[in-house]
Amino acid sequence: MIPPAFDYVRPGTVEEAVRALADGGEEAKVLAGGQSLLPLMRLRMAFPGLLVDAGRVPGLRGTRLEGDTLVIGALTTHHDVLADALVRRHAGLLAAVTATVADPAVRHRGTLGGSLAHADPAADLPAAVLALEGELVAVGPRGRRTIPARAFFVDYLESALAPDELLVDVRLPSSEGWGFHYEKFQRVAQAYAIVGVAALVRRDGGRITEARVSLTNMGATPLRAAAAEEALSGAADAHSVTRAAGSAAVGTRPAGDTSASPEYRAHLARVLTGRAVLAAAGMG
Amino acid sequence: MTDGAVEAEVGRSRLRKEDARLLTGQTTWTDNIQAAGMLHLAILRSPMAHARLERVDVSRALERPGVVAAFGGSDLAEGMGSLPCAWPVTEDIVLPDHPPVAVDEVRHAGDPVAVVVARDRYAAADALEAVEVAYEPLPPVLDLEAALADDAPLVHAAKGTNRCYDWPMRAGEDFAAVRERADVTLKRRYHQQRLIPNAMEPRAVVVIPLAASGEYTVYSATQIPHILRVMLAVVTGVPEHKLRVVAPDVGGGFGSKLQVYGEEAIALAVARRLGRPVKWTESRSEGYLATHHGRGMIQDIEIAADRDGRLRGLKVDLLADMGAYLMLVTPGVPILGAFMYPAIYKMDSYEFNCTGVFTTRTPTDAYRGAGRPEATYAIERIMDELAAELGLDPVELRRRNWIRHEEFPYTSIAGLTYDSGNYEAATDKALALFGYDELRAEQRKRNERGDTVRLGIGVSTYTEMCGLAPSRVLRDLRYSAGGWEAASIRMLPTGKVEVVTGTSPHGQGHVTSWSQIAADVLGVPFEDVEVVHGDTRAAPQGMDTYGSRSLVVGGSAVHHAARKVVDKARKVAAHLLEASEQDLEFTGGVFSVKGSPEARKTIQEVAFETFTSHDLPDGTEPTINAEHLLDPENFSYPHGTHLCAVEVDTETGRTRIRSYVCVDDVGRVVNPMIVEGQVHGGLAQGIAQALYEEAVYDDDGNLLSGTMADYPVPSALDLPDFVTDRTETPAESNPLGVKGVGEAGTIASTPAVVGAIVDALRPLGVTDVTMPCTPERVWRAIHGEEGQA
Repeated sequence: MIPPAFDYVRPGTVEEAVRALADGGEEAKVLAGGQSLLPLMRLRMAFPGLLVDAGRVPGLRGTRLEGDTLVIGALTTHHDVLADALVRRHAGLLAAVTATVADPAVRHRGTLGGSLAHADPAADLPAAVLALEGELVAVGPRGRRTIPARAFFVDYLESALAPDELLVDVRLPSSEGWGFHYEKFQRVAQAYAIVGVAALVRRDGGRITEARVSLTNMGATPLRAAAAEEALSGAADAHSVTRAAGSAAVGTRPAGDTSASPEYRAHLARVLTGRAVLAAAGMG
Repeated sequence: MTDGAVEAEVGRSRLRKEDARLLTGQTTWTDNIQAAGMLHLAILRSPMAHARLERVDVSRALERPGVVAAFGGSDLAEGMGSLPCAWPVTEDIVLPDHPPVAVDEVRHAGDPVAVVVARDRYAAADALEAVEVAYEPLPPVLDLEAALADDAPLVHAAKGTNRCYDWPMRAGEDFAAVRERADVTLKRRYHQQRLIPNAMEPRAVVVIPLAASGEYTVYSATQIPHILRVMLAVVTGVPEHKLRVVAPDVGGGFGSKLQVYGEEAIALAVARRLGRPVKWTESRSEGYLATHHGRGMIQDIEIAADRDGRLRGLKVDLLADMGAYLMLVTPGVPILGAFMYPAIYKMDSYEFNCTGVFTTRTPTDAYRGAGRPEATYAIERIMDELAAELGLDPVELRRRNWIRHEEFPYTSIAGLTYDSGNYEAATDKALALFGYDELRAEQRKRNERGDTVRLGIGVSTYTEMCGLAPSRVLRDLRYSAGGWEAASIRMLPTGKVEVVTGTSPHGQGHVTSWSQIAADVLGVPFEDVEVVHGDTRAAPQGMDTYGSRSLVVGGSAVHHAARKVVDKARKVAAHLLEASEQDLEFTGGVFSVKGSPEARKTIQEVAFETFTSHDLPDGTEPTINAEHLLDPENFSYPHGTHLCAVEVDTETGRTRIRSYVCVDDVGRVVNPMIVEGQVHGGLAQGIAQALYEEAVYDDDGNLLSGTMADYPVPSALDLPDFVTDRTETPAESNPLGVKGVGEAGTIASTPAVVGAIVDALRPLGVTDVTMPCTPERVWRAIHGEEGQA
C-alpha cells in the first residue's frame, strides 16, 4: 500500500525537533524507527501531514547509569538494548521482553522510545517499563518534564505526550537482584501477543516479598495486575503463586478480536501470570 | 532405462539453476519491468460485501495531479466480455455474468468499482480517494445453508437462486441399503475454513502495446500464460495472434495464479484505449480481497462398517462456497475431491453430492491441493473416529481396509485406476521412523497420571490424483480444455541444448529438473541445457503448471522429445559413420559402431553436422530438433503415510508439534532435494490450515483478517523439524515413473495434525476441534464447547 503524501523534516537538535513539532501542530508526528507508524500510514490508517524524523538528533541513543537509575536514550534500537550490558544488569526484564519483539530486521530499526510513545497495549515494551516503574522524560516548548510510566499510557495508542513534545529518555530504577520473566502468548512466532505477562519478583528466604505483574493486551493500556501482586506477597510455593495468579485479570478490560475473545484473554492472563511469576521467582 | 546414461542425472540432488536469480531478485519479476511512458493503474474496490451501485463518478479523480484517465465499470464494459469459467461442471450450472469492473452491483468486499490511470503509482493511489461512489446496501449472503433457503437474499438476483450446481455421483451398491445392514455407522460434519493464498510475489501485470500493428505483450505474474492468452483474446476481443503473453519469473502461486483475473483484462483494455504501456501491482492487503481464496466447504460425511472395521460404504455431502462469481475452475475444485474421498480404501458403496453455493465473499478457486486436501481431511478424520468407535488402533483400521500392494492396478470405487502403490511399505517405514509404539506408551502414561500436557498421535495414509490430466477424462468432467503438455528440444550448433516446455514454473525448479531429464536422454552435460518457458512466443504450446502435473506430463514430454532427437541424430550419425542404424550404439552422448568403438560421433558433432547440412542422407530434413505433445493416459497417484505427534497444553489450549514423520511415495525422483523442498513447503501449508490460517468475515461480510497481522501465516519458527523419507514405487503410466509432489505434503498433513490433537484430547471427551485449531478453540473444546471459537 502507498501512504498519502506528507512533508518531512529532519531536525539536527532536540530544540529543532520540538520547534518543528510545534510548528506542525496536530499534523506533525515524530518518526523514530518507523516500525509502527509507517505500516499504519501505508494502510492509510494514519495520515500525518508532517513527519519529524528524530533519527539524526544527537544524544538520544545509548545507555548510562545515573546513581541507581538506568537511563536509556529514546532512540536506542531494540537491537542495541538487547546487546547492552547495563540493560542486562539493571533491567534484565527489559532485555527479556525486547528479545520477543518482532524479528531481527524490526529490532534493528525499531526504538524503545518509539514503541513506548506509540502506546499500543498489544506491544510488549510498555508492559515492561510499567513493571519496572520507569519514568519517561519529554522535552517540549515549555521545557523538560518527567512522566511516571503509570501516568504515561493514557488510552489506546494515546500517551501523555503533548503533540509538540519529544520523548528523549527512559529512566529505569535498577532492578538488579530481582527475578524477572516475560510470558508471551502468540498465534505465530512473530505476531503480537494475544496476552503477555511481565513479572518482576523480589524474594527473601524462599518467600516472595514483592511482586510486580504487568499485562500486555489486557485493556486499552498496559496494566498492572494489582490484585494479583498483592496476593503474591508472601507466597512461598507454587500452589500459592498459582492461586494468587487467579486474580490477575481483576480490573482488566481485554478486547475481543480474530485472535481471541475477552474471556479467553482473561483466562490466559491468569495462567500466564502464574507461569511468569513462578519462572521469575525460580520456583518453576 | 533408456540409452545407457539415464541414471546419471535423474536421481541427483542438483542445486537449482534458477536459484541465483530467484533468490537475489535480479530477474524479471513483472513489477520490475519498465517501459517508456508507462502508466500505472490503481483500482477502487468495494468496501461493502453487497450493494447496488447508485453512482460511480470519476470526474474529480481526473482532476487530480498526474491522473491520465479514470473509468467506472460501465466505461469499461463496452467490448469487454465476462471473465471466464472454464469448468461448468453440470449442464444446468448457474453461470453469472462477471464483469472485470462491477457495473450495477458489487458482490464482495474488494469487488472492483473504478480504475484510475496515472503517471505514477502514488498519484494513482491518491486519486482513488477522489472517486465518488454511492452504494445502496444489499443484504450479505454468508451462511452456506441459509443461502439455500427459499427466502434467502440472492447474490445474483437475476438467477433466482444461490444454488450454483448439484453434482452427484453414485458408485457400487446403494448406500442406504449398505447403511441399513452395517454394524456401525458414523456421521460427522467438518468445516473447511477459507484460506488466503500467500505467494511471495503478489500479482502484477504489465501490458505493452505496439499500437501501429495492434499487438500487445502482456506480462503477468501468472501460472498459466498459455491459457491466459486464449482467454484474454476471448474476453477483450484482441485477436489471439496479436497477443503475446509472458509469465516471467513468477514468485509462487499455489493455485492463486491459476486464474484469469479481471486486472489482466482491465490492464489490456486500458493499454488498448490509451495506446500506452500500463502496469498494475497488487498490494498484499488488496490481494487478500481480490486474489481468489481456497477451500471454504461444509462436509457431511457418513461411513458404514462391519464390527471388525471393514468399510462397507461412504456418503459425502458437500456445500462448497463459490464466493460471488465463478472464476476459471471455481466449480470444479470440489469435484476433483469427489474422486478422492474413498482414498486408499476398499468399499462396496460410495455416494457423493456437491452443491455449489454463491456467497458475497471473494470467489474461491484452486489452492494447493484443490479439492483433494478437503477430501483427505474428511476421510482420514472419520477413519480415526471409526477406529475410536471400534476400539481399534487407527493404523490397524487402515490396514484392514487399504488396497494391498499385490492388488494393483486397482480401480477404486470412484472409478480411478490406481496404477501402482505400496501402502504397507510406506506405513511400515513411517511407523519405524516415528517410534509409534514408544509414543503410544508415553501417551498412556500421561493420560494415566492426568498430565496437563497431553500427547496425541495423528495418522494420515493418503493418496491423491495428479498429473492432470487425460483429455478425454476432462471432457467427461465438462472441463473446457485438454490436459496434454508440449516439449521441444532445440539442438544448437555448438552442441548446447534448449528445452522448450509448455509448463510454467513459478518456483518449482523446472529448469533444473528438465535439464536433468534431457541431459540423461541426450547424453549431454547438465550444464549445457537451458530451459525456455513461460513466453507464448518462445514456448508456443502448453497447458501450464498446476495440479502437480508438470513433471508427470511436461517432464515426460521432455523425455519423449529427447528420445526423438536421439532417433533423428542416429540416422545422421549412421550416415556419417557409414554404418547402418541397427549397428549403432548410443551411450553417454556418443554414437559408436558396434564392434569398432573408434568409429564414433558425439551428439554434439551430429548437431553441428546437421547445422551445416553439408553431408546429410538424401531426403533428410536438416534438423535433429524434435517436439512431443503428450496426452497422459491416466492420472498419477502419489501416496504416503504421515504421522504427527502433538503436545497439547490443556491449560492454554496451545498445540505444539513434537514430531512429524512422513514417508511419501512419489514414484521415481528426478531431484531428491527439490522433492524434499516441495514436501517441506507442502507440510507447512497443510499445518497452516490445521493450526493457524483462516479468512475471517464479520456478519456484514467484511474481511476481518485483512492483513498479514491478522492472518497468521506460520514461519519456520512455528514449525517442527520434519523427518521426511520415501518409498519408490514407480508410476506405470509415464516413461519416467514419476507421480508429482507439488501438493502431497499439503494434502496429507492437515488431518494428521488435527487427528493428533483430537487423539490427545479424546480422553477428555473431545471428538472434534474446528480448524484452525487455535489455542482458544482447543481450550473451549476441552471445556465442552465443541471447539468453536
